[in-house]
Amino acid sequence: MLKKIFTAAVIVAFAIILLKGYGFSGPDQQLNEVAERYAEKGPEEVGAANLVTAVIVTYRGLDTLGEVTILFLTASIIGFFLKTRREDLTAPPQVRKTSEILSTASRIISPIIFLFGAYVFINGHLTPGGGFQGGAIVASGLVLMLLANPLKTVNHKIISVVESISGISFVLLGVLGLVLAAGFLDNAFIGPGRFGSLISAGAIPIIYIFIGLKVGSELSGIVSNLQETQKEEI
Amino acid sequence: MIIKIIAIIIGLAILLMALIAVYNKKLIVAIVAAGVVSLFASVMYLLLSAPDVAMTEAAIGSGLSTIIFFYVVNKIRKNRKDHA
Repeated sequence: MLKKIFTAAVIVAFAIILLKGYGFSGPDQQLNEVAERYAEKGPEEVGAANLVTAVIVTYRGLDTLGEVTILFLTASIIGFFLKTRREDLTAPPQVRKTSEILSTASRIISPIIFLFGAYVFINGHLTPGGGFQGGAIVASGLVLMLLANPLKTVNHKIISVVESISGISFVLLGVLGLVLAAGFLDNAFIGPGRFGSLISAGAIPIIYIFIGLKVGSELSGIVSNLQETQKEEI
Repeated sequence: MIIKIIAIIIGLAILLMALIAVYNKKLIVAIVAAGVVSLFASVMYLLLSAPDVAMTEAAIGSGLSTIIFFYVVNKIRKNRKDHA
């Protein structure tokens, strides 16, 4: 009884805090100082039509590097703990057959999903989306493929090679910004290009392609590691 | 106005699905309900004009994590069968 009263009190307190903090008056009428600076100077300094990308890749590029590193750590820890004993498998594992609809549809839809993921991270500086979103979409295409053919194995060599190369290139591009332009991950060492066209915003498209490949290969690695645990000892 | 009504309906649906995810005894139902929470949340982000976040939520929250949960549940069930 006491526990329930306590829970109710916590919920009411939380509701009061939320009402006080945000209110239901709608969005703020004025941007705060930092956001205003980004919104006003962003297009001319960075040249990205999508301001969110300008903030994520350039102004707060170091945070993005940290996020990608955390994701890499997660992927490698999962890979470490889910080490499968592939040598012990003598008989081919038995899995339930997938339905005809799923296997046929995945053959048509998976390539389109991969293409869409690539589109999202290549156009990250123009349209909503970017490296993280594109990478996640690519990985979900791989999930569909693995669901349709449970016996398929993903080549971990390719995944880790793509992942390492794109990670190194991301850091190298950052250092290039440090040497040739104002600071680490500054995108201005390549000309800004015409505002709003595909080749614009300096180095942002290149950086975002590498982030997309890195995130996509990391998430694919996690999923394929988990999928391999399904096969052993049935 | 119409967007507000849609947002309120989606919010209620999120609450309902979250309660199902917490209180349902069947793990499969709970996982699917948690995935639906993410899906509705991504629509909510879209209504709040944050398409970047909506994309991430839809791909990771309702796509990848649901599948990962299914893999884990499958694995746990198999291990239980072996030990029983």
